[in-house]
Amino acid sequence: MRARAVLALSCCCAVLAVPARAGVLEEDRADIMYHRYEGGGVEIDGPSLLVRKKFEEKYAVSANYYVDMVSSASIDVVTTASPYTEERTEYSLGGEYLRGKSKYSIGFTNSEESDYEANSASVSIAQDMFGDLTTVQLSFARGWDKVFRRGDATFEDRVDRRVYGVDLTQVATKSLILGLSWETVTEEGFLNNPYRSVRYLDPDSASGFSFQPEVYPRTRTGNALAVRGRHFLPWRAAAQLEYRWYSDTWGILGHTVELSYTHPWGPRWIFDARYRWYTQDAADFYADLFPRADFQNFLARDKELATMTSHTFGVGASYEVKLPGMDFLQRATVNFRFDHILFDYDDFRDLRVTGVPPGTEPLYDFSANVLQLFVSGWF
Amino acid sequence: MRNLRMVLWLAAALGAAGCGPIEPWVKPYERERLADPIMSWDRDPVSSSYVKHVYESREGSRGAMGGAGGGCGCN
Repeated sequence: MRARAVLALSCCCAVLAVPARAGVLEEDRADIMYHRYEGGGVEIDGPSLLVRKKFEEKYAVSANYYVDMVSSASIDVVTTASPYTEERTEYSLGGEYLRGKSKYSIGFTNSEESDYEANSASVSIAQDMFGDLTTVQLSFARGWDKVFRRGDATFEDRVDRRVYGVDLTQVATKSLILGLSWETVTEEGFLNNPYRSVRYLDPDSASGFSFQPEVYPRTRTGNALAVRGRHFLPWRAAAQLEYRWYSDTWGILGHTVELSYTHPWGPRWIFDARYRWYTQDAADFYADLFPRADFQNFLARDKELATMTSHTFGVGASYEVKLPGMDFLQRATVNFRFDHILFDYDDFRDLRVTGVPPGTEPLYDFSANVLQLFVSGWF
Repeated sequence: MRNLRMVLWLAAALGAAGCGPIEPWVKPYERERLADPIMSWDRDPVSSSYVKHVYESREGSRGAMGGAGGGCGCN
């Protein structure tokens, strides 16, 4: 469920992250994608369809249809619940209006699954200035979620969310572009997973521990700051370096560093490679094993709130094709992306290992493979 | 006092410079490299929004993952 709350947040951020080259509208374009995530006992796949169309060089509309088909036997599910399957469907609509060097954008996203419903709306304004060397974008999104619990018709709660963003892009030289992003996310409501439990030492239990439901604060505010630079290399290639800092009122402090390289080959191919490193400290109220039941006001054992590090190794290829029978397309590409991610936890233990004293189980880690196959057409 | 006066003069000079028109140090005809599609922050939005979603579902950090603000000034 936390993942679903985050999905709702992603919806908010997705509408905020409309590319904002303020003085120009993006090209007419359609993308159809198959995505697949597999790792840690979880399989998620589905389609995504994104279409953009502009009118009179002043107006543009976009629509996105996205589906996650989830089959989960994650470590949480295996150790405290039963494997499940589920489907989440998301619809997004966006509109843009270009006036001089200003671009005004609005967006709306709806996401639904059996026990979670999320709606979000966003507005933003982007402005080119200083000889079009600088673009500033201000954005705001508001989200309204409803949380349900399967098998409990009496349970219903909500999450209210506000996202404030400032983006600055600066042309530094003929070959270098710099970016700065600030985003504040503030949430209020039921922020934990109604199915997830924490464990505590229990001498009366045969295993030495027992479980009780998680209890989270009902508010959370996080701030993220990212700086990035993209450099054009003399042999027609591009390299990008990015750093992101994150801190929130739950005590999570995160750092992300990402390096990527883009290399065209001939007139039709573009290859990409990237490496991403991420680390975070645990939330203040997180513990793998609490000393006793109701040890403190707030209790969490969600591995996404644990101390963790991840490494991503990714490659991609894009090939420009002429699609038969589609002469209305100016050009089209077939694209492949693959990422391998390693997740290591410093204070989340693998409870599938039994017969050892509580708190001495091995630390948990897993790897995931993320596949994207998509076709893009410009018309 | 003399130092303070110098600092005030310097601040006033800098302030006056800030009020003047800013000359773009990269001219529009010098932005060919920046206009190349490989220089886009977000070449494939359908892919980048999915990747954000993958990370935000599995990590505690949220936000500022977008490359919003193209700003190559090449329109």
